[in-house]
Amino acid sequence: MKRVSRIDELLADVEAHLKDGVLQVKEASEKGRPIVGTYCTFAPWELITAAGAIPATLCARGEDPITAAEEHLPRNLCPLIKSSYGYALTDKCPYFHFCDMVIAESTCDGKKKMYELMSRMKPLHLMMLPQTAEGDGSRSAWRAELDRLKDGLERAFDVSIDDGAISERISLRNRERLALKSLWELSMMDPPAITGKEQYLISEYCEFHFHKEELVPWLENLVSQIREAYDLGERRVGKDAPRILITGCPLGGAQKVIHAIEDAGAVVVCYENCGGVKELGFLVDEDRPPMEALTDKYLNVGCSVMTPNTSRMDNLKNLIESYNVDGVVEVVLQACHTYAVETYEVRELVRSTGRPYMSVETDYSKSDIGQLATRIGAFLEML
Amino acid sequence: MLTIGVDIGSVGTKAVLFDGDIVDRHLEPTGWNPSEAGHRAMESLLKRNSLSPGRIDCVVSTGYGRKSFAEVDKAVTEITCHARGAHFMDPEVRTVLDIGGQDSKVIVLDDHGRVLDFMMNDKCAAGTGRFLQVMATLLEYSIEEFGAVDPDGEMQKISSMCTVFAESEVVSHLAKGVSKNAVALGLLESVAVRASSMLGRLGIKPVVGFTGGVSRCPSLVSLLEGQLNCDVRTYGDSHYAGALGSALIASEL
Ligand code: SF4
Ligand code: SF4
Repeated sequence: MKRVSRIDELLADVEAHLKDGVLQVKEASEKGRPIVGTYCTFAPWELITAAGAIPATLCARGEDPITAAEEHLPRNLCPLIKSSYGYALTDKCPYFHFCDMVIAESTCDGKKKMYELMSRMKPLHLMMLPQTAEGDGSRSAWRAELDRLKDGLERAFDVSIDDGAISERISLRNRERLALKSLWELSMMDPPAITGKEQYLISEYCEFHFHKEELVPWLENLVSQIREAYDLGERRVGKDAPRILITGCPLGGAQKVIHAIEDAGAVVVCYENCGGVKELGFLVDEDRPPMEALTDKYLNVGCSVMTPNTSRMDNLKNLIESYNVDGVVEVVLQACHTYAVETYEVRELVRSTGRPYMSVETDYSKSDIGQLATRIGAFLEML
Repeated sequence: MLTIGVDIGSVGTKAVLFDGDIVDRHLEPTGWNPSEAGHRAMESLLKRNSLSPGRIDCVVSTGYGRKSFAEVDKAVTEITCHARGAHFMDPEVRTVLDIGGQDSKVIVLDDHGRVLDFMMNDKCAAGTGRFLQVMATLLEYSIEEFGAVDPDGEMQKISSMCTVFAESEVVSHLAKGVSKNAVALGLLESVAVRASSMLGRLGIKPVVGFTGGVSRCPSLVSLLEGQLNCDVRTYGDSHYAGALGSALIASEL
């Protein structure tokens, strides 16, 4: 009989509650709490919650509604955009369904044009994201966009947001960032305490848990329990498993890449993607006026829509070293030009550290699972 | 030490019996059941060489069916196996271009036949054996005649690489009275250009070896040499490279 490990128990618990978020949002909505849909790491969580609203990530993960989306959108578009739009169009996403408002940003071309169509379905506030994080002009433009969002939220939900409320949310969110960071940092250990798949599962659970006041202590506790089990000798990952960092487009709908890597005997130790450790390194400065601090935090998200994207490259270099990775796999969603072009620079950067690099282009379908297994398998055999 | 390498491809299954050198080889269609095909290929080798299964020390599989085949000690991807096989056939080779029926790949090797970098194109038929077959049929050439058109003759440039678009382009050139030979040469040239740009993206290290079914087109080889400005070597048995590489890896396990 296989002994159930401590970590197995903890993970089974997370899995059992994975769908709780939907209920939380439904309940909150029925009680009259406004629900605000967001798509990007750029959406200022602290401001939305300070307005008394619940921000729900809509960044879509499924392939199902893509066919419906293609009735309005070109086929040759990134699957993330098509899936997001498709869920909205077919009303198949409960989070979108309960949304009172959607906050969007002018990121890549495909996304911002899609938002124009989406604004027919829900009230949509588009934040005008500057194309660069450099220079005073961009900063003051983004600062003004935060004010405009604040006004928009106040008007839409008939509230007034004061600095005290924002500061409170900033410190809660910072605490969540630190807890999530310590979750990802479980993989700094060699071998990692849990697999990359398991980490991803926990992070998804956190993403869709809307009572952060409860979530944060729970997560802190979970991480320390996993650490404890590890210190007592529990091992879930082989000592020789190659340590892989994944970078590139958001992985939500492309988790098959994580599976391909781990099924081939390696372990994903770091995610430099939206949803991963990417933005957690930069906390919002709690000692500065809150709107100023938020402006700097969100302007510096290392996304490929920014030019230049120095923030991503610097961060990536750091992560490669601190997670002691053996190789880097970059995931590019089909038709994502910004990330596709950046692969050149990322390749150079990774190679300059003496590590192998591979980029895979994929979509949300299952059609390339065999090809992915071969490509990734061959890459791992090189290590 | 006796080993067997089995390469279960989407079209053909190849197996090599190996004792430090190739003892025997076998080829058969994969059909709908890859694991059956692998089994049959092994059986045939054993039978022909009057060996009992117990005599084989190690079996390694590769190819798209590598994981479905239970009788192996290890499954290794075709990239790694192909590299080792090509290096065994020609120890001087450092860049392998492989164009098969359905896909093409480029592999850069080190001095020991280990993979340094690779690139695969397996999403589209452009520039593969399938593409050439469709075009040969369209021009009413046998595949041998097609691959042997005079490379110094007149050439009609073909601009689309997509099988479907190239087909209509070919039809319209023929209708305008362009010679079959010129069109065929244009098609081969487009395959050579595509292959050389793939090679260019990885960076060519000499010696370049060309393997896979399409390497048996002599005119394509000379067009490729023109594009790359260097010699391109081909090998008679190159469709066994994957199976050979897996037998080689098996002998080291
Ligand atoms: S990658 Fe960029 S555009 Fe996409 S979700 Fe992240 S921040 Fe937004
Ligand atoms: S993955 Fe690329 S194309 Fe898709 S939404 Fe993000 S930035 Fe835009």
